[in-house]
Amino acid sequence: MSAPKDKRGRDGILPGLLKGMATTAKSVMRPTHTAEYPHAEPTLPPRSRGVIALLEENCTSCMLCARECPDWCIYIDSHKETIPATTEGGRDRQRNVLDRFAIDFSLCMYCGICVEVCPFDALFWSPQFEYAEYDLRDLLHEKDRLGEWMATVPPPPALNESAADPAEVTAANRPERGR
Amino acid sequence: MTLVEVALRAVSVLAAFLVLPLLVGQTEHKLMAHMQGRLGPMYAGGFHGWAQLVADGAKFVQKEDIVPAAADKRLFRLAPAIALIPYLVALAVVPIAPGVAGLDVPASAILVLVATGVGALGTLIAGWASANKYALIGALRAAAQLISYELPIVLAVASVCLAGGSLSLPTITERWQPHWLLWQLPGAIVFLVAAVAELQRPPFDTPVADAELVMGPWTEYTGLRFAFFLLAEYAGIVVLSLLFAALWLGGWHGPFSEHLGWVWTLLKGFAVAILVIWMRVAWPRVRADQLQRLAWLWLVPLALLQLALTGVGVVMGW
Repeated sequence: MSAPKDKRGRDGILPGLLKGMATTAKSVMRPTHTAEYPHAEPTLPPRSRGVIALLEENCTSCMLCARECPDWCIYIDSHKETIPATTEGGRDRQRNVLDRFAIDFSLCMYCGICVEVCPFDALFWSPQFEYAEYDLRDLLHEKDRLGEWMATVPPPPALNESAADPAEVTAANRPERGR
Repeated sequence: MTLVEVALRAVSVLAAFLVLPLLVGQTEHKLMAHMQGRLGPMYAGGFHGWAQLVADGAKFVQKEDIVPAAADKRLFRLAPAIALIPYLVALAVVPIAPGVAGLDVPASAILVLVATGVGALGTLIAGWASANKYALIGALRAAAQLISYELPIVLAVASVCLAGGSLSLPTITERWQPHWLLWQLPGAIVFLVAAVAELQRPPFDTPVADAELVMGPWTEYTGLRFAFFLLAEYAGIVVLSLLFAALWLGGWHGPFSEHLGWVWTLLKGFAVAILVIWMRVAWPRVRADQLQRLAWLWLVPLALLQLALTGVGVVMGW
Protein backbone atom coordinates (compact mmCIF):
# COMPACT_ATOMS: atom_id res chain seq x y z
CA MET A 1 0.00 0.00 0.00
CA SER A 2 1.68 3.23 -1.11
CA ALA A 3 0.06 5.59 1.34
CA PRO A 4 0.52 9.34 1.40
CA LYS A 5 3.13 10.13 4.03
CA ASP A 6 2.81 13.08 6.35
CA LYS A 7 5.55 15.57 7.25
CA ARG A 8 7.19 13.13 9.63
CA GLY A 9 7.16 10.26 7.17
CA ARG A 10 4.28 8.38 8.78
CA ASP A 11 1.31 6.85 7.06
CA GLY A 12 -1.94 8.75 7.44
CA ILE A 13 -4.57 7.69 9.96
CA LEU A 14 -6.81 5.81 7.55
CA PRO A 15 -4.07 3.76 5.81
CA GLY A 16 -2.70 2.91 9.24
CA LEU A 17 -6.07 1.67 10.47
CA LEU A 18 -6.65 -0.36 7.31
CA LYS A 19 -3.16 -1.84 7.55
CA GLY A 20 -3.92 -2.96 11.10
CA MET A 21 -7.09 -4.69 10.01
CA ALA A 22 -5.35 -6.31 7.03
CA THR A 23 -2.54 -7.64 9.20
CA THR A 24 -4.91 -9.17 11.75
CA ALA A 25 -7.08 -10.63 8.98
CA LYS A 26 -4.02 -12.23 7.43
CA SER A 27 -2.92 -13.85 10.67
CA VAL A 28 -6.44 -15.24 11.21
CA MET A 29 -6.02 -17.09 7.92
CA ARG A 30 -2.63 -18.51 8.88
CA PRO A 31 -2.47 -21.58 11.14
CA THR A 32 -1.39 -20.70 14.66
CA HIS A 33 2.07 -21.63 15.89
CA THR A 34 0.97 -22.71 19.35
CA ALA A 35 2.42 -26.04 20.50
CA GLU A 36 -0.02 -27.53 22.99
CA TYR A 37 2.79 -28.68 25.23
CA PRO A 38 1.51 -31.38 27.54
CA HIS A 39 -0.19 -33.05 24.58
CA ALA A 40 2.48 -32.35 22.00
CA GLU A 41 6.15 -33.01 22.60
CA PRO A 42 8.21 -29.85 22.20
CA THR A 43 10.95 -29.95 19.61
CA LEU A 44 14.06 -29.07 21.60
CA PRO A 45 17.19 -27.76 19.92
CA PRO A 46 20.29 -29.97 20.02
CA ARG A 47 22.46 -29.56 23.14
CA SER A 48 19.42 -28.49 25.19
CA ARG A 49 20.30 -28.07 28.86
CA GLY A 50 17.48 -29.88 30.61
CA VAL A 51 19.12 -31.75 33.47
CA ILE A 52 22.56 -33.02 34.41
CA ALA A 53 22.91 -36.81 34.30
CA LEU A 54 25.55 -38.82 36.13
CA LEU A 55 27.38 -41.88 34.79
CA GLU A 56 28.36 -43.30 38.15
CA GLU A 57 30.94 -45.79 36.88
CA ASN A 58 33.04 -43.00 35.42
CA CYS A 59 33.09 -40.90 38.57
CA THR A 60 36.29 -41.02 40.58
CA SER A 61 35.04 -38.69 43.35
CA CYS A 62 37.75 -36.24 42.35
CA MET A 63 35.49 -33.36 43.51
CA LEU A 64 36.48 -31.13 40.60
CA CYS A 65 32.83 -30.56 39.68
CA ALA A 66 31.86 -29.75 43.26
CA ARG A 67 34.73 -27.30 43.60
CA GLU A 68 34.10 -25.55 40.31
CA CYS A 69 30.36 -25.26 40.82
CA PRO A 70 29.66 -21.50 41.20
CA ASP A 71 26.78 -21.99 43.61
CA TRP A 72 28.04 -25.13 45.32
CA CYS A 73 25.03 -27.24 44.55
CA ILE A 74 26.91 -30.54 44.12
CA TYR A 75 27.31 -32.73 47.17
CA ILE A 76 29.85 -35.59 47.07
CA ASP A 77 30.67 -38.09 49.82
CA SER A 78 33.20 -40.86 49.26
CA HIS A 79 35.52 -43.12 51.10
CA LYS A 80 38.67 -45.01 50.21
CA GLU A 81 38.71 -48.74 49.93
CA THR A 82 41.82 -50.81 49.96
CA ILE A 83 42.15 -53.41 47.25
CA PRO A 84 44.48 -56.15 48.46
CA ALA A 85 47.48 -56.90 46.31
CA THR A 86 46.78 -59.53 43.69
CA THR A 87 50.31 -60.84 43.65
CA GLU A 88 52.50 -62.04 46.46
CA GLY A 89 54.52 -59.19 47.96
CA GLY A 90 52.63 -56.64 45.86
CA ARG A 91 51.41 -53.32 47.04
CA ASP A 92 47.80 -52.82 48.20
CA ARG A 93 45.92 -50.40 46.04
CA GLN A 94 43.38 -47.83 47.11
CA ARG A 95 40.40 -46.59 45.19
CA ASN A 96 37.70 -44.05 45.81
CA VAL A 97 34.15 -45.32 46.28
CA LEU A 98 31.36 -42.87 45.69
CA ASP A 99 28.86 -42.85 48.55
CA ARG A 100 26.77 -39.90 47.63
CA PHE A 101 26.52 -37.71 44.57
CA ALA A 102 23.70 -35.18 44.66
CA ILE A 103 22.84 -32.08 42.67
CA ASP A 104 20.47 -29.53 44.15
CA PHE A 105 18.54 -28.31 41.12
CA SER A 106 16.90 -25.59 43.16
CA LEU A 107 20.36 -23.97 43.32
CA CYS A 108 21.77 -25.11 39.99
CA MET A 109 21.95 -22.33 37.42
CA TYR A 110 22.58 -24.66 34.51
CA CYS A 111 25.94 -23.11 33.68
CA GLY A 112 27.34 -26.53 32.76
CA ILE A 113 30.76 -25.88 34.28
CA CYS A 114 30.60 -29.26 36.08
CA VAL A 115 29.99 -31.02 32.76
CA GLU A 116 32.86 -29.11 31.16
CA VAL A 117 35.28 -29.68 33.97
CA CYS A 118 34.73 -33.41 34.55
CA PRO A 119 37.92 -35.11 33.30
CA PHE A 120 36.35 -38.60 33.28
CA ASP A 121 33.16 -37.95 31.31
CA ALA A 122 30.89 -38.74 34.22
CA LEU A 123 28.49 -35.79 33.81
CA PHE A 124 26.30 -35.16 30.76
CA TRP A 125 23.65 -32.76 29.65
CA SER A 126 20.25 -34.37 29.11
CA PRO A 127 17.38 -32.55 27.36
CA GLN A 128 14.91 -33.99 29.89
CA PHE A 129 13.20 -31.06 31.66
CA GLU A 130 10.06 -32.47 33.23
CA TYR A 131 11.18 -32.86 36.84
CA ALA A 132 9.22 -30.06 38.52
CA GLU A 133 8.34 -30.57 42.16
CA TYR A 134 5.78 -29.09 44.53
CA ASP A 135 8.42 -28.50 47.18
CA LEU A 136 11.72 -26.74 46.59
CA ARG A 137 13.51 -29.22 48.81
CA ASP A 138 12.47 -32.10 46.58
CA LEU A 139 14.72 -30.78 43.82
CA LEU A 140 17.80 -32.22 45.52
CA HIS A 141 18.40 -35.33 43.43
CA GLU A 142 20.67 -38.18 44.50
CA LYS A 143 22.92 -40.29 42.30
CA ASP A 144 20.34 -42.98 41.52
CA ARG A 145 17.99 -40.36 40.09
CA LEU A 146 20.84 -38.64 38.27
CA GLY A 147 21.82 -42.03 36.86
CA GLU A 148 18.31 -42.66 35.52
CA TRP A 149 18.68 -39.59 33.36
CA MET A 150 21.66 -41.12 31.55
CA ALA A 151 19.15 -42.98 29.36
CA THR A 152 17.92 -39.66 27.99
CA VAL A 153 21.35 -38.30 27.08
CA PRO A 154 21.57 -38.00 23.29
CA PRO A 155 24.55 -39.52 21.47
CA PRO A 156 27.37 -37.04 20.97
CA PRO A 157 27.28 -35.14 17.68
CA ALA A 158 29.26 -36.66 14.82
CA LEU A 159 32.77 -35.34 14.31
CA ASN A 160 33.31 -32.77 11.64
CA GLU A 161 34.79 -34.63 8.72
CA SER A 162 36.90 -31.73 7.53
CA ALA A 163 38.36 -31.12 10.99
CA ALA A 164 42.00 -31.83 11.67
CA ASP A 165 42.83 -35.18 13.25
CA PRO A 166 43.19 -35.28 17.03
CA ALA A 167 46.73 -34.73 18.27
CA GLU A 168 47.01 -38.38 19.39
CA VAL A 169 46.18 -39.66 15.93
CA THR A 170 48.61 -37.24 14.34
CA ALA A 171 51.32 -38.35 16.74
CA ALA A 172 50.69 -42.03 16.09
CA ASN A 173 50.76 -41.58 12.32
CA ARG A 174 53.89 -39.49 12.30
CA PRO A 175 56.58 -41.10 10.15
CA GLU A 176 59.46 -42.50 12.11
CA ARG A 177 62.49 -40.29 12.45
CA GLY A 178 65.24 -41.27 10.18
CA ARG A 179 68.19 -42.62 12.13
CA MET B 1 -51.18 -9.68 26.86
CA THR B 2 -51.83 -12.35 29.40
CA LEU B 3 -49.65 -12.96 32.40
CA VAL B 4 -48.28 -16.16 30.88
CA GLU B 5 -47.26 -14.32 27.74
CA VAL B 6 -45.57 -11.60 29.77
CA ALA B 7 -43.63 -14.21 31.72
CA LEU B 8 -42.70 -16.06 28.55
CA ARG B 9 -41.44 -12.90 26.84
CA ALA B 10 -39.49 -11.84 29.93
CA VAL B 11 -37.86 -15.25 30.24
CA SER B 12 -36.91 -15.40 26.57
CA VAL B 13 -35.40 -11.90 26.65
CA LEU B 14 -33.47 -12.87 29.79
CA ALA B 15 -32.25 -16.05 28.09
CA ALA B 16 -31.09 -14.07 25.06
CA PHE B 17 -29.48 -11.56 27.43
CA LEU B 18 -27.50 -14.33 29.11
CA VAL B 19 -26.60 -16.35 26.02
CA LEU B 20 -25.82 -13.81 23.30
CA PRO B 21 -23.16 -11.87 25.29
CA LEU B 22 -21.42 -15.15 26.10
CA LEU B 23 -21.50 -16.02 22.41
CA VAL B 24 -19.92 -12.67 21.56
CA GLY B 25 -17.40 -13.09 24.37
CA GLN B 26 -16.38 -16.55 23.23
CA THR B 27 -16.10 -15.28 19.64
CA GLU B 28 -13.85 -12.54 20.93
CA HIS B 29 -11.69 -15.05 22.81
CA LYS B 30 -11.19 -17.21 19.77
CA LEU B 31 -11.05 -14.54 17.07
CA MET B 32 -8.64 -12.35 19.01
CA ALA B 33 -6.44 -15.36 19.74
CA HIS B 34 -6.24 -16.37 16.10
CA MET B 35 -5.62 -12.79 15.01
CA GLN B 36 -2.62 -12.85 17.34
CA GLY B 37 -1.43 -16.28 16.20
CA ARG B 38 -2.72 -18.02 19.34
CA LEU B 39 -5.32 -20.71 19.88
CA GLY B 40 -7.30 -19.15 22.72
CA PRO B 41 -9.19 -21.31 25.22
CA MET B 42 -8.87 -24.98 24.28
CA TYR B 43 -9.73 -27.04 27.35
CA ALA B 44 -12.92 -25.89 29.11
CA GLY B 45 -15.85 -28.00 27.93
CA GLY B 46 -13.68 -30.24 25.76
CA PHE B 47 -14.29 -28.94 22.25
CA HIS B 48 -12.11 -25.88 21.57
CA GLY B 49 -12.86 -24.45 25.00
CA TRP B 50 -16.49 -23.65 24.27
CA ALA B 51 -17.35 -23.52 27.97
CA GLN B 52 -14.57 -21.11 28.93
CA LEU B 53 -16.91 -18.24 29.81
CA VAL B 54 -19.19 -20.57 31.78
CA ALA B 55 -16.13 -21.65 33.74
CA ASP B 56 -15.15 -17.99 34.20
CA GLY B 57 -18.64 -17.25 35.52
CA ALA B 58 -18.42 -20.17 37.95
CA LYS B 59 -15.09 -18.79 39.13
CA PHE B 60 -16.43 -15.26 39.61
CA VAL B 61 -19.32 -16.60 41.72
CA GLN B 62 -16.89 -18.22 44.14
CA LYS B 63 -14.84 -15.06 44.67
CA GLU B 64 -15.10 -12.98 47.80
CA ASP B 65 -17.31 -9.93 47.42
CA ILE B 66 -15.17 -7.09 48.77
CA VAL B 67 -16.46 -3.59 49.48
CA PRO B 68 -13.67 -1.14 50.34
CA ALA B 69 -13.94 0.43 53.79
CA ALA B 70 -13.92 3.98 52.42
CA ALA B 71 -16.39 3.25 49.64
CA ASP B 72 -19.90 4.66 49.42
CA LYS B 73 -21.25 1.23 50.15
CA ARG B 74 -24.81 1.42 48.81
CA LEU B 75 -23.77 3.08 45.56
CA PHE B 76 -20.84 0.72 45.24
CA ARG B 77 -23.14 -2.28 45.45
CA LEU B 78 -25.73 -0.69 43.18
CA ALA B 79 -23.39 0.34 40.33
CA PRO B 80 -23.09 -3.05 38.57
CA ALA B 81 -26.87 -3.32 38.41
CA ILE B 82 -27.12 0.18 36.96
CA ALA B 83 -24.57 -0.79 34.34
CA LEU B 84 -26.23 -4.08 33.48
CA ILE B 85 -30.02 -3.74 33.65
CA PRO B 86 -30.44 -0.94 31.05
CA TYR B 87 -28.98 -3.23 28.41
CA LEU B 88 -31.55 -5.85 29.37
CA VAL B 89 -34.27 -3.21 28.86
CA ALA B 90 -32.73 -2.16 25.55
CA LEU B 91 -32.47 -5.73 24.35
CA ALA B 92 -36.15 -6.26 25.10
CA VAL B 93 -37.28 -3.76 22.45
CA VAL B 94 -34.81 -4.64 19.67
CA PRO B 95 -36.81 -6.36 16.92
CA ILE B 96 -35.54 -9.69 15.62
CA ALA B 97 -38.22 -10.41 12.99
CA PRO B 98 -41.49 -8.71 11.93
CA GLY B 99 -43.56 -8.60 15.10
CA VAL B 100 -40.94 -10.52 17.05
CA ALA B 101 -39.46 -8.47 19.87
CA GLY B 102 -39.50 -8.84 23.61
CA LEU B 103 -41.67 -5.79 23.80
CA ASP B 104 -43.20 -3.53 21.16
CA VAL B 105 -43.42 0.06 22.36
CA PRO B 106 -44.27 3.03 20.13
CA ALA B 107 -41.02 4.97 20.49
CA SER B 108 -38.60 2.10 20.97
CA ALA B 109 -35.73 3.98 19.29
CA ILE B 110 -35.84 6.60 22.04
CA LEU B 111 -36.19 3.92 24.70
CA VAL B 112 -33.03 2.20 23.47
CA LEU B 113 -31.07 5.46 23.42
CA VAL B 114 -32.20 6.39 26.92
CA ALA B 115 -31.50 2.93 28.28
CA THR B 116 -27.96 2.75 26.88
CA GLY B 117 -27.31 6.27 28.18
CA VAL B 118 -28.34 5.15 31.67
CA GLY B 119 -26.18 2.06 31.37
CA ALA B 120 -23.14 4.26 30.94
CA LEU B 121 -24.00 5.93 34.25
CA GLY B 122 -23.10 2.67 36.00
CA THR B 123 -19.46 3.33 35.16
CA LEU B 124 -19.62 6.82 36.64
CA ILE B 125 -21.29 5.63 39.83
CA ALA B 126 -18.82 2.78 40.20
CA GLY B 127 -15.89 5.15 39.81
CA TRP B 128 -17.23 7.67 42.29
CA ALA B 129 -18.33 5.15 44.90
CA SER B 130 -15.07 3.20 44.89
CA ALA B 131 -13.09 5.88 46.79
CA ASN B 132 -10.06 5.08 44.68
CA LYS B 133 -8.02 7.53 42.65
CA TYR B 134 -7.75 5.28 39.61
CA ALA B 135 -11.47 4.59 39.68
CA LEU B 136 -12.21 8.29 40.02
CA ILE B 137 -9.93 9.32 37.15
CA GLY B 138 -11.43 6.53 35.06
CA ALA B 139 -14.92 7.74 35.87
CA LEU B 140 -13.99 11.32 34.95
CA ARG B 141 -12.64 10.13 31.62
CA ALA B 142 -15.77 8.05 31.12
CA ALA B 143 -17.95 11.07 31.86
CA ALA B 144 -16.09 13.21 29.33
CA GLN B 145 -16.34 10.41 26.79
CA LEU B 146 -20.04 9.80 27.33
CA ILE B 147 -20.97 13.47 27.02
CA SER B 148 -19.06 13.69 23.74
CA TYR B 149 -20.34 10.52 22.15
CA GLU B 150 -23.96 10.58 23.24
CA LEU B 151 -24.62 13.40 20.79
CA PRO B 152 -23.38 11.68 17.59
CA ILE B 153 -25.34 8.55 18.53
CA VAL B 154 -28.56 10.49 18.98
CA LEU B 155 -28.02 12.41 15.74
CA ALA B 156 -27.26 9.25 13.77
CA VAL B 157 -30.33 7.44 15.09
CA ALA B 158 -32.43 10.55 14.51
CA SER B 159 -31.37 10.48 10.88
CA VAL B 160 -32.60 6.93 10.41
CA CYS B 161 -35.81 7.71 12.29
CA LEU B 162 -36.33 10.64 9.92
CA ALA B 163 -35.71 8.41 6.91
CA GLY B 164 -38.12 5.77 8.17
CA GLY B 165 -40.65 8.35 9.32
CA SER B 166 -41.06 6.63 12.67
CA LEU B 167 -39.58 6.33 16.14
CA SER B 168 -40.45 2.66 16.36
CA LEU B 169 -37.62 0.26 15.57
CA PRO B 170 -39.78 -2.43 13.86
CA THR B 171 -41.44 0.20 11.66
CA ILE B 172 -38.09 1.70 10.64
CA THR B 173 -36.71 -1.73 9.77
CA GLU B 174 -39.91 -2.55 7.86
CA ARG B 175 -39.50 0.60 5.74
CA TRP B 176 -35.79 -0.02 5.18
CA GLN B 177 -34.71 0.03 1.53
CA PRO B 178 -31.42 -1.31 0.09
CA HIS B 179 -30.43 2.17 -1.11
CA TRP B 180 -30.31 3.25 2.56
CA LEU B 181 -26.97 1.42 2.71
CA LEU B 182 -25.47 4.26 0.70
CA TRP B 183 -27.79 7.06 1.71
CA GLN B 184 -27.34 6.45 5.46
CA LEU B 185 -23.71 5.36 5.25
CA PRO B 186 -22.16 8.41 7.00
CA GLY B 187 -24.67 8.06 9.84
CA ALA B 188 -23.94 4.34 10.08
CA ILE B 189 -20.21 4.97 10.45
CA VAL B 190 -20.84 7.68 13.02
CA PHE B 191 -23.13 5.38 15.00
CA LEU B 192 -20.70 2.47 14.93
CA VAL B 193 -17.74 4.55 16.09
CA ALA B 194 -19.72 6.44 18.70
CA ALA B 195 -21.42 3.32 20.06
CA VAL B 196 -18.09 1.53 20.47
CA ALA B 197 -16.83 4.64 22.28
CA GLU B 198 -19.92 4.70 24.48
CA LEU B 199 -19.31 1.07 25.44
CA GLN B 200 -15.73 2.07 26.35
CA ARG B 201 -14.44 -0.70 24.17
CA PRO B 202 -10.95 -0.55 22.71
CA PRO B 203 -9.80 1.56 20.86
CA PHE B 204 -11.88 3.94 23.00
CA ASP B 205 -11.11 2.39 26.37
CA THR B 206 -9.28 5.28 28.00
CA PRO B 207 -11.54 5.04 31.10
CA VAL B 208 -10.23 1.53 31.83
CA ALA B 209 -6.80 1.98 30.25
CA ASP B 210 -5.06 -0.78 32.14
CA ALA B 211 -1.57 0.59 31.61
CA GLU B 212 -2.52 3.86 33.27
CA LEU B 213 -5.53 3.29 35.51
CA VAL B 214 -5.29 -0.36 36.63
CA MET B 215 -8.89 -1.18 35.68
CA GLY B 216 -10.44 2.30 35.79
CA PRO B 217 -13.82 2.46 37.52
CA TRP B 218 -13.81 -1.31 38.04
CA THR B 219 -10.54 -1.38 39.97
CA GLU B 220 -12.10 -2.09 43.36
CA TYR B 221 -14.65 -4.64 42.17
CA THR B 222 -14.36 -8.36 42.73
CA GLY B 223 -16.33 -11.48 42.05
CA LEU B 224 -19.82 -11.36 40.66
CA ARG B 225 -20.09 -7.58 40.67
CA PHE B 226 -16.98 -7.33 38.50
CA ALA B 227 -18.42 -10.04 36.24
CA PHE B 228 -21.59 -7.96 35.89
CA PHE B 229 -19.55 -5.08 34.46
CA LEU B 230 -17.96 -7.42 31.95
CA LEU B 231 -21.36 -8.89 31.10
CA ALA B 232 -22.69 -5.34 30.65
CA GLU B 233 -19.92 -4.62 28.16
CA TYR B 234 -20.74 -7.68 26.08
CA ALA B 235 -24.49 -7.17 26.42
CA GLY B 236 -23.78 -3.66 25.16
CA ILE B 237 -22.05 -5.10 22.10
CA VAL B 238 -25.08 -7.33 21.48
CA VAL B 239 -27.49 -4.40 21.75
CA LEU B 240 -25.30 -2.19 19.56
CA SER B 241 -24.88 -4.92 16.93
CA LEU B 242 -28.56 -5.85 16.75
CA LEU B 243 -29.54 -2.18 16.70
CA PHE B 244 -27.07 -1.52 13.91
CA ALA B 245 -28.38 -4.54 12.01
CA ALA B 246 -31.98 -3.43 12.47
CA LEU B 247 -31.51 0.24 11.59
CA TRP B 248 -28.78 0.30 8.95
CA LEU B 249 -28.49 -3.21 7.56
CA GLY B 250 -32.19 -3.87 7.13
CA GLY B 251 -32.65 -6.39 9.93
CA TRP B 252 -34.71 -9.30 8.62
CA HIS B 253 -34.69 -8.14 4.97
CA GLY B 254 -33.04 -10.77 2.81
CA PRO B 255 -33.83 -13.91 0.81
CA PHE B 256 -36.61 -16.06 2.36
CA SER B 257 -37.27 -13.30 4.86
CA GLU B 258 -40.82 -14.59 5.53
CA HIS B 259 -39.42 -17.64 7.29
CA LEU B 260 -35.79 -16.89 7.98
CA GLY B 261 -36.06 -13.22 8.94
CA TRP B 262 -34.76 -13.77 12.47
CA VAL B 263 -31.74 -15.62 11.09
CA TRP B 264 -30.91 -12.62 8.92
CA THR B 265 -31.14 -10.22 11.85
CA LEU B 266 -28.94 -12.40 14.03
CA LEU B 267 -26.42 -12.98 11.23
CA LYS B 268 -26.12 -9.28 10.46
CA GLY B 269 -25.83 -8.49 14.15
CA PHE B 270 -23.13 -11.13 14.53
CA ALA B 271 -21.21 -9.65 11.61
CA VAL B 272 -21.29 -6.23 13.31
CA ALA B 273 -20.13 -7.81 16.57
CA ILE B 274 -17.20 -9.39 14.74
CA LEU B 275 -16.33 -5.98 13.30
CA VAL B 276 -16.37 -4.52 16.84
CA ILE B 277 -14.04 -7.30 18.02
CA TRP B 278 -11.79 -6.79 15.01
CA MET B 279 -11.48 -3.08 15.76
CA ARG B 280 -10.40 -3.95 19.29
CA VAL B 281 -7.66 -6.29 18.12
CA ALA B 282 -6.30 -4.25 15.24
CA TRP B 283 -6.25 -0.71 16.56
CA PRO B 284 -4.34 1.01 19.34
CA ARG B 285 -6.06 2.98 22.07
CA VAL B 286 -6.70 6.64 21.30
CA ARG B 287 -5.62 9.30 23.75
CA ALA B 288 -8.22 11.21 25.75
CA ASP B 289 -7.65 14.39 23.70
CA GLN B 290 -7.75 12.49 20.40
CA LEU B 291 -11.01 11.02 21.60
CA GLN B 292 -12.53 14.47 22.05
CA ARG B 293 -11.15 15.67 18.70
CA LEU B 294 -12.69 12.71 16.91
CA ALA B 295 -16.06 13.28 18.53
CA TRP B 296 -16.41 17.03 18.10
CA LEU B 297 -14.46 17.68 14.87
CA TRP B 298 -15.50 14.60 12.90
CA LEU B 299 -18.45 12.66 14.25
CA VAL B 300 -20.76 15.50 15.25
CA PRO B 301 -20.32 17.45 11.96
CA LEU B 302 -20.66 14.22 9.99
CA ALA B 303 -23.83 13.32 11.86
CA LEU B 304 -25.27 16.79 11.28
CA LEU B 305 -24.42 16.49 7.60
CA GLN B 306 -26.13 13.12 7.51
CA LEU B 307 -29.19 14.61 9.18
CA ALA B 308 -29.32 17.35 6.53
CA LEU B 309 -28.85 14.80 3.76
CA THR B 310 -31.64 12.66 5.18
CA GLY B 311 -33.87 15.74 5.40
CA VAL B 312 -33.23 16.51 1.75
CA GLY B 313 -33.86 12.88 0.84
CA VAL B 314 -37.14 12.70 2.74
CA VAL B 315 -38.39 15.94 1.17
CA MET B 316 -37.36 14.78 -2.31
CA GLY B 317 -39.04 11.46 -1.64
CA TRP B 318 -36.04 9.10 -2.09
